[in-house]
Amino acid sequence: MADATPHPSNPSRRVQFFATCLVNDFLPEAGIASVELLESAGIVVERPRGLTCCGQPAYNAGFRAEAKRVARRTFELLARTEGPIVVPSGSCADMLVHQGEELFRDEPDFLATVRAVAARVRELTQFLVERLGAPAPRAAAAPERPRTKVAYHPSCHLARGLGVTKAPVDLLAARADFELVPVADADECCGFGGLFSVKQPAISGAMLDRKCRALEASGADVVASCDAGCLLQLAGGMRRRGLSLRACHVAELLE
Amino acid sequence: MSAPEAALPPFAERVRAAVGDAHLHEAIDRATGQLQARRAAAFASLEAADLVRDHARAAKLEVLANLDTLLEQFEANARANGIAVHWARDAAEAQQLVVEIARAAGCRRAVKAKSMVTEEIHLNPALEAAGLRVVETDLGEYVVQLRADRPSHIILPIIHLTKEDVGRTMEERLAVPYTSVPQELCALARARLRAEFLEADLGISGGNFAIVESGSIGLVSNEGNIRMVTTLPRVHVALVGIEKLVPTLADWERTVQVLARSATGQKITVYTTLVNGPRRSPSDEGPEQVHVILLDHGRSATLAGDEAEILACIRCGACLNVCPVFRNIGGHAYGDTYPGPMGAVLTPSLRGLPGWEELPQASSLCGACRDVCPVRIDLPRLLLSLRAKAVEREPVALAQRLLMKAYAFLATRPRLLRLAMKCARAFALRRARDGWVARSPGLPGLLRGWTEQRDWKVPAARTFDDWWEQRRGSA
Repeated sequence: MADATPHPSNPSRRVQFFATCLVNDFLPEAGIASVELLESAGIVVERPRGLTCCGQPAYNAGFRAEAKRVARRTFELLARTEGPIVVPSGSCADMLVHQGEELFRDEPDFLATVRAVAARVRELTQFLVERLGAPAPRAAAAPERPRTKVAYHPSCHLARGLGVTKAPVDLLAARADFELVPVADADECCGFGGLFSVKQPAISGAMLDRKCRALEASGADVVASCDAGCLLQLAGGMRRRGLSLRACHVAELLE
Repeated sequence: MSAPEAALPPFAERVRAAVGDAHLHEAIDRATGQLQARRAAAFASLEAADLVRDHARAAKLEVLANLDTLLEQFEANARANGIAVHWARDAAEAQQLVVEIARAAGCRRAVKAKSMVTEEIHLNPALEAAGLRVVETDLGEYVVQLRADRPSHIILPIIHLTKEDVGRTMEERLAVPYTSVPQELCALARARLRAEFLEADLGISGGNFAIVESGSIGLVSNEGNIRMVTTLPRVHVALVGIEKLVPTLADWERTVQVLARSATGQKITVYTTLVNGPRRSPSDEGPEQVHVILLDHGRSATLAGDEAEILACIRCGACLNVCPVFRNIGGHAYGDTYPGPMGAVLTPSLRGLPGWEELPQASSLCGACRDVCPVRIDLPRLLLSLRAKAVEREPVALAQRLLMKAYAFLATRPRLLRLAMKCARAFALRRARDGWVARSPGLPGLLRGWTEQRDWKVPAARTFDDWWEQRRGSA
């Protein structure tokens, strides 16, 4: 993967923040927490005007023409900016980093734009650890008050697509007020899969059932993830199944 | 090109039946949980495992890039070994070839090794119709045959059954006392199969590999039955898909290592066989005739298309074991010979998309299959490619087309999108309690699907963009 960040001794402190459509409309608190987290680390956050969606809903459904219309606009808007592009959602970041290449493979002229943008894209926790280094291990002293039990849900496109597995866990583990609890078959998909969740509700629901059972058995108070789609699936699914676990974005816990 | 058989219920019905089948899930969980752990341990013991996988992939891609010339070389080298090589364009031709070989040699009783390609071409009914007795000799396939069932996994044909199910089947079909002890079940099958082996005059196998360099057929098994099938009867017929070539014995050696590890978590299968032709002299052991039938059945067409990479598949079944969809719906719901992620690509590729469009849709694109594939086939990419093809070529529900048109229209017009989301919020609020919409039958398609399984979160009153703009305004 190309390195988007300038030399460590002189890193650009400005980043472009792409909230993504689901975070913008359904989980704005995750976007706000991400921005505040970045700013508290001394990063200057800019938000390119007019960004909407990465095109993934249409791309995953096989509607390539529609996906291109949306993705082309997003790549073009991002190409006019400079510096790292930070995305608080793993699958949207993966769409820009990997799937744009496949979507525009028959347009060699535009591929240059796609690749230039892709090389700058980082998922939020990936960026934080890349820029600030792995967080210092937690202080040894046991906290006075009981710690919140956190189950981390590794979203598929973040873990398998972008290969980011350690960054979110390290960031959470560094916090003295959290206890990370293991979840059975943690790396198994929650069943979201974009329109898959709507077009194949029976299969998606069966996958969700398993995930909910595993999360419940983990004893966690909260399940945290870095993907808006998984969070909507998990939050809505646990609510339907009468579970008291909260689902929230990793940024909301770290903030 | 062939649509599903008329008797096959629609995919959605097959799925509903499977996801509600607790017995199926218990059986699958028992097997796949163990297999995943064993596979991981077996790869941990392989030095430079990534390099071996890369090499296996390169060998298979080399085959796909030069399939025509390599097939001719294989044919020449196999003939030089005394193997009769036949070509079959489709299932009917392949069936006919086996029947003709059996007739010409006067064979009446066939024993079969486990072979997915013979399932693919429905060989057994064709042979029985021609008057042959056919007995499956792989333990799983034997049980499948006793139950008049179909295999539900390409490595573990009866992954959908428990040992208790097998015990009841044997009790019923073989008139033996019930037992669920695996060793006793094996002994029951063994006693019957031994007699079949000794009386058979035709042995039918598939082929895990067709090795170009040596003109031989490579087979792997754990039960010893394949060695019996390929040596005891007078005539051996191997049915092999044309994509099963590997260029050299060195390629075979590396590929067989990742095959066993991926399939069953073994470093090597108990029996690893190379068939190099019939007996050379009357005092030799082994069959008098060895035939290889090279089967196309949609493979050439697949090779010419965007999903050609699926032909690199070495049929290890690892992608089935890790697939959360397979683990929830089992193999039969896929409706044809090949289930799981590889089947969701291979079936529509070999048989054509019409009637099979749902298979590539049945994936959350989680990528577990791509990670586990020993030859690194990018299965999610192939599934996406088939989805795109379905949209281009097949009739798609008007509602879906309109939805996607509306999406692309709005997602390229931020102000209109913002307005649309405010409308969606107003719509949701009328149906919501505490900010969530529960299942309600009156919702439009997209939301009906979503709320079937989970509650719908009402779009936020203050979006991220609202927050950003307010903050900037007040700064």
